[in-house]
Amino acid sequence: MTSSVTVALVGNPNAGVTSLFNALTGANNPVANYPRVTTSSATREITHKGVVLRFVDVPGIYSVNSQADDEKVGQDFLLDQSPDVIVNVVDAGHLDRHLFLTTQLIETGIKRITVLNMIDEVRRHGTVLDTEMLASALGAPVVETCALKGEGVDVLLDTIVAQVAAPAADAIRLHYDTHLEAAIVRIQDHLANLHPQELTPARSRWLAIKILEGDDTIINRESDHPELIALVTKERDHLAHEHDEDAATMLATSRFAFVNGLLREARQQHDDPDQRFKLTRILDNFFLNRAFGLPLLLLIMWVMFETTFSLGAVPTEWIKSGVDALTKFVDDTLPAGMFHDLVVNGVLAGVGGTIVFLPNIVILFFFMAILSGTGYLARASFLMDRVMHKFGLHGTTLIPMVAGFGCNVPAVMASRIITNKRSRLIAILISPFMSCSARLPTFILFAGAFFADLAGTVVFAIYMLSIASAILSAVVLNRLIPGSGSDAFVMDLPPYRLPTLHSVLHHMWDSAQGFVAKVTGVILVGSIIIWFLQEFPKDVAYSQDYDAGIVQLEGQPDGADKDEALRSLKAAQAQEKLEKSYMGRVSIAVTPVFKPLGFSWHESSAIMTGFVAKEVVVATYAVIYAQDKGSTGWTDAIKAAMPTATAVAFMIFTLLYAPCLSTIAIIAKESGSWKWAAFSVAYSLSFAWLLALAAVTIGRLLV
Amino acid sequence: MGTVHQITPDLTLADLRPGQQGEIVKIDSEDKTFKRRMSSLGVIPGGPVALDRSAPLGDPRIYNLMGYNLGLRNAEAQMIHVRLKS
Repeated sequence: MTSSVTVALVGNPNAGVTSLFNALTGANNPVANYPRVTTSSATREITHKGVVLRFVDVPGIYSVNSQADDEKVGQDFLLDQSPDVIVNVVDAGHLDRHLFLTTQLIETGIKRITVLNMIDEVRRHGTVLDTEMLASALGAPVVETCALKGEGVDVLLDTIVAQVAAPAADAIRLHYDTHLEAAIVRIQDHLANLHPQELTPARSRWLAIKILEGDDTIINRESDHPELIALVTKERDHLAHEHDEDAATMLATSRFAFVNGLLREARQQHDDPDQRFKLTRILDNFFLNRAFGLPLLLLIMWVMFETTFSLGAVPTEWIKSGVDALTKFVDDTLPAGMFHDLVVNGVLAGVGGTIVFLPNIVILFFFMAILSGTGYLARASFLMDRVMHKFGLHGTTLIPMVAGFGCNVPAVMASRIITNKRSRLIAILISPFMSCSARLPTFILFAGAFFADLAGTVVFAIYMLSIASAILSAVVLNRLIPGSGSDAFVMDLPPYRLPTLHSVLHHMWDSAQGFVAKVTGVILVGSIIIWFLQEFPKDVAYSQDYDAGIVQLEGQPDGADKDEALRSLKAAQAQEKLEKSYMGRVSIAVTPVFKPLGFSWHESSAIMTGFVAKEVVVATYAVIYAQDKGSTGWTDAIKAAMPTATAVAFMIFTLLYAPCLSTIAIIAKESGSWKWAAFSVAYSLSFAWLLALAAVTIGRLLV
Repeated sequence: MGTVHQITPDLTLADLRPGQQGEIVKIDSEDKTFKRRMSSLGVIPGGPVALDRSAPLGDPRIYNLMGYNLGLRNAEAQMIHVRLKS
């Protein structure tokens, strides 16, 4: 058995840690241009030059002990796991700030490598860095990389392997102000006496500094040593008295002074940051404009959904003709009988009726990749913070919300970006109102059928309603959930960047794959089940003898009256058969609940099956209408089946009712309780019902 | 506000006007987590800071320090005392 070496990739949020992790290991974990895309550690092993390297992508941290909830995962990892090597990823364009974390990592005494990532951005503007000088001052090899282009990755791998084999070097010591230094030494000596032979000098110095800084985790571990706590308290009070400043701030100031001095020497040529961020400033003048910044955000959203609808229509037609041709071929080839009906009216109708929405979904994900990859999403949360703050939400909540347009599951997980526990719970509970891409087919189908030319705008309106519902719910939840307090809005706004073609394509490809997997999985099985449920039982106890009636009618002399009577009798028979099918019986049982909304048992069936996954809603319609779609297609069949007001109510209900099974599970996990998951289901069902009722009532008045 | 400062600055980050350069004097907050977060983001005494712009509704605002942009609400910016640099 070969033992593996744990290599932790550690850096500030948005330093490109995940990009580097992907480049090193061949993973394809999501990256974007805003802080905290990664909220949980990822691990992947590779072998380089015979050494098994276990890479860990640690979520971004600004410091080793800020003790904020959103940095907890990263901080706990460093404290508890003690990796063999730390690869400290810093943004070469923001060394002044990113090297602060480095100064703390130096004191851990763990073997390190400093990676200057995004080196191409500063080189392009003429900065030249003395890497040898940096390496000796920081006590660790320095490697320059551009993770997105894969530059420097081989050198880094070689350096890691060399660093693993190298003997542990003496840790570099940062020198603090005399008073601080004296306090550190006193605490360090005390610690060394408390734990004789257990601590290396480097380790005890590190612990002493962290205790002086006020790291609760470490103090709690020493809570059985009251004399140590007393000493620390005395030292802190003394420092605060002497310097009118707390020890933590003094230490931070010293660290930044060290970084500042170091960079003054290491930067042989320094570009003008004003020049480097010129483009960002110009773009911000536009996107964050005081007059039209907010309307522009709305316009961007509108364009996104309008394009998703209209541009998607073209390839959708191609897929549709393919599906139609296949259906016709199978219809003609298979001998008449149950198997034929199952394939044509069940499988092909359900799967074919859903797969046509693939282009819309891929286009939506294209836009999401652009929004998050350029840095605009961070701006959107800045623009919206004031409005959202009014409703008890945090601007940052916009990031999980927009992620929710793709899928609610990552949206619930992305809420880890929110520091305050209660705010985070609220963000989790409102996530399911964000219209995920699984619901998109329903809106495209219904908006296309009932609103023709305005369909794109109707889809946009549905998404706006989705945001409004989330915000309204936040207001309600803020009253329901005890406690108070919201986070400070502290956001580090990254410069605008052009997302790589690879990352955008990957995002689209991933969404396409996910959708096809769902269609060939849950939708396929669901269509078969739905077909059986509405086809069986075969022998129905009819309320009247239809067959005899038909025979009797056929005996009568020909005429328009006879044809009409025959048609309505046959239709009544088909209707009664459907109503008495298993599906019909169950759906009719729950239909009274939906009666005020104007839903027939068709809608009830779609709603019930949609609990599993929201894509099934459309598949259910496709199967139910498979028999009588005739030549005009099921769009017309749906249009004929209900008034517009009901269609709107149905879209709203589908938008808001109950999270799907996967989302329910992730809510339970992230909120830490099944109670919140159950609450989420009950709350969203009632919310959806009330809003749909309001829509249908208003709709009826208007028509 | 109970402590007596050697210098009693009455100007805070929230008072900075566009184009004005400030120097951070002190973070006046009892919230240790907030103070630590601020210092790890480079908001430390002696550091230069300038107002970049305000959001359309006046709050939050973007500040420029250490060559990057930091978004902060006015409520928090009021805890960060600055002195003007000419």
